[in-house]
Amino acid sequence: MSYVSYLVALPIIVPLATAGLLFALQPVRHVQRVVSVASASVQLALAIMLLATVSQQGILAAQMGSWPAPFGITLVADHLSAIMVVITGIMGTAVAVYSLTDIDEGRERFGYHPFYHVLLAGISGAFLTGDLFNLYVWFEVLLIASFVLIALGGDRDQLEGGIKYVLLNLVSSSLFLASTGILYGLTGTLNMADLSLKLAEVPAGVVTTVAILFMVAFGIKAAVFPLFFWLPASYHTPPVAVSAIFAGMLTKVGVYALIRVFTLLFTQDVGYTHTILLVVAGLTMLTGVLGAAAQDEFRRILSFHIISQIGYMIMGLALYTPLALIGAVFYVVHHIIVKTNLFLVSGIAKRFAGSFELKHIGGLYKHTPFLAVLFVVPAFSLAGFPPLSGFWAKLILIRAGLEAEQYVIVFVALLVGLLTMYSMTKIWRYAFWKPHPEGEEKLEKITLKQADWLLYAPVIALAVMTLVIGFWTEPFYNLAERAATELLEPSRYIEAVLGPQEATTATPVTIGETP
Amino acid sequence: METILSVVVGGLFAGAVYLMLRRNLLKFIFGFVLMSNAVNLLIFTAGRLTRASAPIIPDTADAPTEIIANPLPQALILTAIVIGFGFIAFSLVLLYRSYQATGTVDTDKLRELQAALETTHQQPKGQGSQAEVSA
Repeated sequence: MSYVSYLVALPIIVPLATAGLLFALQPVRHVQRVVSVASASVQLALAIMLLATVSQQGILAAQMGSWPAPFGITLVADHLSAIMVVITGIMGTAVAVYSLTDIDEGRERFGYHPFYHVLLAGISGAFLTGDLFNLYVWFEVLLIASFVLIALGGDRDQLEGGIKYVLLNLVSSSLFLASTGILYGLTGTLNMADLSLKLAEVPAGVVTTVAILFMVAFGIKAAVFPLFFWLPASYHTPPVAVSAIFAGMLTKVGVYALIRVFTLLFTQDVGYTHTILLVVAGLTMLTGVLGAAAQDEFRRILSFHIISQIGYMIMGLALYTPLALIGAVFYVVHHIIVKTNLFLVSGIAKRFAGSFELKHIGGLYKHTPFLAVLFVVPAFSLAGFPPLSGFWAKLILIRAGLEAEQYVIVFVALLVGLLTMYSMTKIWRYAFWKPHPEGEEKLEKITLKQADWLLYAPVIALAVMTLVIGFWTEPFYNLAERAATELLEPSRYIEAVLGPQEATTATPVTIGETP
Repeated sequence: METILSVVVGGLFAGAVYLMLRRNLLKFIFGFVLMSNAVNLLIFTAGRLTRASAPIIPDTADAPTEIIANPLPQALILTAIVIGFGFIAFSLVLLYRSYQATGTVDTDKLRELQAALETTHQQPKGQGSQAEVSA
């Protein structure tokens, strides 16, 4: 049993310990760089072991400090958590390698690597915890690390984008904490499995009110309509490696939290809460994609597309059928890989062409056809071209929408797919096909240094992953299916955390009684 | 007592929202300070206010010997206070650095500066810029 407990805790312990070590290694930068990448790969290996164990043994629960379940902090790894931790490991490793070239010496000297690992620890912690207050703490860990990373370097743009990012996220955290406090007042517990049982005893109207508070708090973090405005204002300002890991992982932590609470805790009034989510999903998709169409900067277009893609994931959650949840999980995995990769490609493109502004770049196809191929794979996947990963993700969601007879959202999803293609072809036309505005000679002169294979390696790996998911979908679909089945049957999660339960004989909670 | 504290929490939230809607970013941060205090008091109130002895179990016993106060909300609040303190310190420094770079903490002026910056960005070396077209 203790082996399993450690396995669940290690994806958090490793990056945290690494962060401490890296702070100590601050004076020796070249050692720091090696340790950073090595630790990220170890984290990936551990995450894969965790996922393998979860597939064999079902949901794993680890009681920290051996305090029994509702009293101590529980870490829980079900399929969804384990999948998210694996994907964190993959992105963590890919971006750690990319950072070696992309992050300049100044930023490294002021602690880029340690904070990067604090960020990874926060993300893994948020995915693994089974305690609502602990989730808040992990959110804050990843937030403070992301605050440092977004402002590190102190460029003017970064500071301005950073302020918007920091202040809006602070408000979201306060709301999250307030709603957690109210939930504690209602039920007297913070353990999510225990909450799920005890919320049944609380009047449904009160629960729905709290549910909406959570929706707003996590909605800001997940950047859904109408709470997304901080994202396009800030994600294009930091170095490419930072915006890539942010784009891949951070909003998805918000999406994960939404999926977790709206399948485990707030399922009393699905007709009301999930309809709101469905409307939000549609509007998120539309505003995101229309915002992207109006932009002329490589990374800003991609940032707006994060928002539109979040809409698809929320759509899966909102439909709340088995197939729709499979689609949501599948979409999260596909999106993280593809979006991170597109940001990484934008960084290489900038190195060649000298700018992120589409007006000022061009000629990349003629100059480096290889990079063009590397762009096309994730870009077409994002737009949903068969047989890439995005096609299957969209196919599952749209089928789920048709089965649930929600034709409006299906129409919106298809329309947004089309408009996504418009944005991607726009980047393609301006950055790759159009001749460079300052003449071909400017591009000819730039040849990348030998060390820059470190930039290409993660991009190639992620592109291959997109192809693998596209051509060999079944195992990934099966994993997503298992995750979705667990989400729809909270009793399994509750049993894993609290031990065997007779769900009908949950102890009643009297409101207003002194504990 | 709960009623009084509830009103206090509500008042603090109202003040926080008012400050956050101001254009001045420093006031926004003050608003956040108020809000985090409001949230802490909210947790404190939600944990029920009881007059009882401190939750310390004497050496001779295995369980509390008398009715004790609920220690959990206090532990939660303590965590939240520490986190909030860190965030306030960080955001104040960030705002100060931004003030040094831009010379203002007014959101409207920041937007104007940003817009001005972007138009100058768009005219490098007279390549296909709008200024040339209009001239």
